[in-house]
Amino acid sequence: MSAAQRALATVLELLIGDRQADRAVPPTGFTVWLTVLTAGAMAFLAVFALALTLATGRLADRWADSLAQAVTIRISAPAEQRQAQTDAVLRILETTPGVASARALQTTEQAALLEPWLGPDLPIDRLPLPRLVEVVGDDLDAQGLRLRLAAEVPGAILDDHTRWRAPLVEAASRLRLLGWTALILIAGMLGAMVTLGAQAALAANTEVIRVLRLVGARDAYVARAFTRRFTLRALTGAAGGALLGTLAVAALPSTDAAGGFLTGLSFAGWGWLLPLLIPPFAAITAFAATRRAALRALARFE
Amino acid sequence: MSAHDCVARAAGAEEAARERRGTGYTVIELKGAGYSYGGDGILGGVNLRLDGGSFHFLTGPSGAGKTTLLKLCYGELKPSQGQVDLFGHDSRTIDRDGLARVRQRIGVVHQDCRFLDHLPMAENLSLPLTASGRESAADADSLRQLLAWVGLSHRAHALPPELSGGERQRAALARAIIMDPEVIIADEPTGNIDWEMSQRLLTLLAELNRLGKTILVATHDLALIRAAKSQVAARVLRLAGGQLQLAGSDL
Ligand SMILES: Nc1ncnc2c1ncn2[C@@H]1O[C@H](COP(=O)(O)OP(=O)(O)O)[C@@H](O)[C@H]1O
Ligand SMILES: [Mg+2]
Repeated sequence: MSAAQRALATVLELLIGDRQADRAVPPTGFTVWLTVLTAGAMAFLAVFALALTLATGRLADRWADSLAQAVTIRISAPAEQRQAQTDAVLRILETTPGVASARALQTTEQAALLEPWLGPDLPIDRLPLPRLVEVVGDDLDAQGLRLRLAAEVPGAILDDHTRWRAPLVEAASRLRLLGWTALILIAGMLGAMVTLGAQAALAANTEVIRVLRLVGARDAYVARAFTRRFTLRALTGAAGGALLGTLAVAALPSTDAAGGFLTGLSFAGWGWLLPLLIPPFAAITAFAATRRAALRALARFE
Repeated sequence: MSAHDCVARAAGAEEAARERRGTGYTVIELKGAGYSYGGDGILGGVNLRLDGGSFHFLTGPSGAGKTTLLKLCYGELKPSQGQVDLFGHDSRTIDRDGLARVRQRIGVVHQDCRFLDHLPMAENLSLPLTASGRESAADADSLRQLLAWVGLSHRAHALPPELSGGERQRAALARAIIMDPEVIIADEPTGNIDWEMSQRLLTLLAELNRLGKTILVATHDLALIRAAKSQVAARVLRLAGGQLQLAGSDL
């Protein structure tokens, strides 16, 4: 039997079960609810952690993307050289690989940019304003461009927004890390609670285990009676919790209404299917935790 | 319905296996086996060889260590000195699945019966079959026959605590033989049952022995041992002071 077939057989056995093994081990009241409720609560939280992880991931990617792609070149030169230097910069950009488009902002556009701060009646012609060249890159080597500009056009300074956006990207990455950490902690908590429940059930069934061993049951048979039960409970609880968590995420204020930093703390597209992974993952965690607890407990019986 | 029906279906195979192995093969062997529950030794260096098809009675005063010796013979305890071989496997080194397989070949009537109190008798009796994954349709028949033979047909759905001491003991014997084991070990199997029932039980054990089963019975019931002499060629062992002696045949 191949590993895949064995895995399939295990899953089928867990789902279909062995009525006799189930009956041989009577259920231990409170462990049923402990497991179902813990799995439910943990799955509920996991949905949020998952949403946070994905949303901050998207945010960080978007920021990092726009950082890499939009750069501005500022040309501060005496008025008489300004146009010449601007032309020089545009020529350099034409021969720079990774530049999708580049264009110098018109004076009126610059005035429009400044209007919110300095008012509409700005004598823009008389101000020593730098010219701005907007570059949309496509895999642009910003560092190389900066060096070339410094060498050939002394008045041109490349501003790739790194300075002020990098901390935001950093923060978003941290949030994503936090999300992953929360997911791992949640899985660990579920494993710990299931282990506790399984240990209680095993302790309550000491005599049953002893008798089963004495009549020739293999460890796998005895362990299965426990793993099956706890796995199904975790699966059920986690399904409920994941469903409620997903509904709660769906009910969050919409992207446009919330706006700002919290933009889209939700799932996007295929992301809505990811909570489906939580119940099977909870089941696998419960299976592993129970099996470990059962085999350890069994080692105390000959 | 006789006990013979219950065990006859495997008799042919059993006899063939015996011929293959030749007579005098060893099933369980204690080699200088000792045991202590922490304090003083209960058993000190016991040597005992159970050959296939043999019948042994184990006697001795209460507290002599009969139960302890039997537990060594089916691996519930491991010797604290010496060695116990179960079907050729050293009980101290056999792996856990191996021990489970060995137990499927040894039917045990425990002194305290050891039933699962929440399961009806029918399920308790078939527990060895289900636990070893060997339950089949034919087993439903043999379960019915067994229940009938031990006179518990009407108690199939009763829970163990609802049974009398004698009924429990009879049920324990039924559970011990449902797997058609090669060896049957019984610890005071007649402790709670009347004389007539213990005679039936003895007859069954003798019959099983004639079919090639190896039998080891711990009992302080000397009348039972005397009654057995007309039915089987049994050796009588006496346990006292942690040592095993072959008791005289003049019991
Ligand atoms: N689990 C145990 N822990 C400590 N002492 C025990 C245990 N089981 C039996 N004993 C002691 O071991 C001795 C032998 O017991 P046992 O084998 O049951 O004797 P028997 O079956 O011949 O009456 C007795 O003195 C008994 O008190
Ligand atoms: Mg005893």
